Amino acid sequence: MTTAVSQSDEAVRFPRPLRLTFRDDLRSTLLSWFVKSFLFVVTFCSVAAVLLIFVFVIRQAAPFFTESGVSPRERITEFLTSRRWFPEHQAHPEYGILAIIAGSFYVTVTSLLIAVPTGLLAAVFLSDIASFRTRQVCKPLIEILAAIPSVAYGVFAVMVVAPWLQKHLGFSTGTNALNASIILSIMAMPTIISVAEDALTAVGREIREASYGLGATRAETLLRVVIPAAHSGILAAVILGMMRAVGETMVVWMASGNATQIPSPWWDLSQSVRTMTATIAGELGEVPQGTIHFHSLFAIGLVLLIFTFCLNLLSEHFILQMKKSKR
Amino acid sequence: MSAYQFRNLSTVLIGFSLLVCWAGAADKVLQIDGSTTVGPLGDAFAEVFKELHPDVSITVKKTGSGDGAAALIDGRCDIAMMSRFMKDKEFQQAIEKGVYPVAHVIAMDGVCIVVHPSNPISELRMDQVRDIYMGKITNWKELGGPDMPIVPVSRDTSSGTYESFHSMVMNNEKMAPNVEYVNSNPQAHARIRSTPGAIGYVGIGFLDRYVKPLKINGVTPTRSTIAKGIYPVSRPLFLFTNGYPKLGSIVHAFCTFYLTEKGQEIIEAKGFVPLTEY
Repeated sequence: MTTAVSQSDEAVRFPRPLRLTFRDDLRSTLLSWFVKSFLFVVTFCSVAAVLLIFVFVIRQAAPFFTESGVSPRERITEFLTSRRWFPEHQAHPEYGILAIIAGSFYVTVTSLLIAVPTGLLAAVFLSDIASFRTRQVCKPLIEILAAIPSVAYGVFAVMVVAPWLQKHLGFSTGTNALNASIILSIMAMPTIISVAEDALTAVGREIREASYGLGATRAETLLRVVIPAAHSGILAAVILGMMRAVGETMVVWMASGNATQIPSPWWDLSQSVRTMTATIAGELGEVPQGTIHFHSLFAIGLVLLIFTFCLNLLSEHFILQMKKSKR
Repeated sequence: MSAYQFRNLSTVLIGFSLLVCWAGAADKVLQIDGSTTVGPLGDAFAEVFKELHPDVSITVKKTGSGDGAAALIDGRCDIAMMSRFMKDKEFQQAIEKGVYPVAHVIAMDGVCIVVHPSNPISELRMDQVRDIYMGKITNWKELGGPDMPIVPVSRDTSSGTYESFHSMVMNNEKMAPNVEYVNSNPQAHARIRSTPGAIGYVGIGFLDRYVKPLKINGVTPTRSTIAKGIYPVSRPLFLFTNGYPKLGSIVHAFCTFYLTEKGQEIIEAKGFVPLTEY
């Protein structure tokens, strides 16, 4: 126990009545032991929860890959390369999620295309341009966006955005990839703005002043000095926003239309798509438990989990870089 | 008796009576689980039952037909509400666990095929509906309507309503990839209401002036055509119990409640079709 040792060291250097020192010593040793073990248990519980989720999903997904009559290899090939998803069909079920993976991809990328430039501009505004007062008002307001329940966004998407898209852009259906992306980008915005703003503010004042000192204008300083200096933080912001978009369920389920197709032509965002999260959320509630359909949904969950896990690692990496560069 | 003693005694008494109440309540708990379609009926029945049998506590969970069946099989509920019949696989699981599912038909529901009110089409044949959902017909002008792409909307593939539509209209054929899926009757209603080119299906309780029901094979979906089975997409709604409930038991009373006048009123009020209406 390191604390105990350092305490007794102190006691030697600053002699105090013996009894008091002993009691103090015992108390602080016990206290530090309790705090330590409590923190250990709490940490251990959260780590265990993550591991157990992994174990649970893998165990529930396993029967899908080991079903008798189909080789695991055929199953995986069909799963990842076929775009036909008819898991509930009695006679000829099909389990291809290519279109569903593509749907997740479409919605995520499009929402980032909207949210990243807007979010970055907002972050630059808040960190470098806005007055202190504007900032005090704007930042909490933006953070409120993150607190609105996703069902509310979903209702907004179906009742307001969808009819608007149909009426003004002439789409045949309003619940499509574009609708879902617009709503998702609004939802990813608070994360992106807040993390990017932190990264930009963290760029030291002396760097900005040095740039001004060399005769650079405000725009040049921002574009060529401040933003490059904060690049790892900005990347982390983008990845965190992306994770929000990938993992969001309720909104995409309500706003994307859930058709299992890859839009053709591929850039046509007015067609409806289906994401991995929406498939799980929509089908898990009513599917008979223990069937291959049930397990196939967990297999989708596994794909999703692996994907978000990789994204998480990436963002950790960038955040670490940001901390290093700050030092 | 001193104040102190009195307080002591009353604490014990209150504690004891709480214990008795709790034990009494735990004796008679009626657990109902299952379909979101049948759910409103279960809720309304339970409300009346709470008045008739104040000593019974009733819980109604709406988790879906599949979950209801699983709950009955696992012994987690006394009555499973289902908007479809049990599947072979579920029967098999039940028998393996010593549960013998018995079906009680409490009402009829029509799966009404609906379009946007602005759509001039008012009648389709079954095979035309099937062709739309299989992607063979993609524009309303092929059916004599305006030049407008058809947006087919379906319930998600695990719902009981989907099941009925899939077997009765689609003949178990797979739907086209461009079919959109929603996960509840209100959502289906909202989609049809806001999309001029849409076609979809909802329970008869969801018909109002914002959506237009189509005649199928020349039959308009009404309470009488559904109760008589003339409307081609009608289906029964079920309560499932483990074995036929003991006569005179609370479960028996609940499963036969639809036969009473009050039960009939509730079924009509919730937009379903009573079985006894001829």
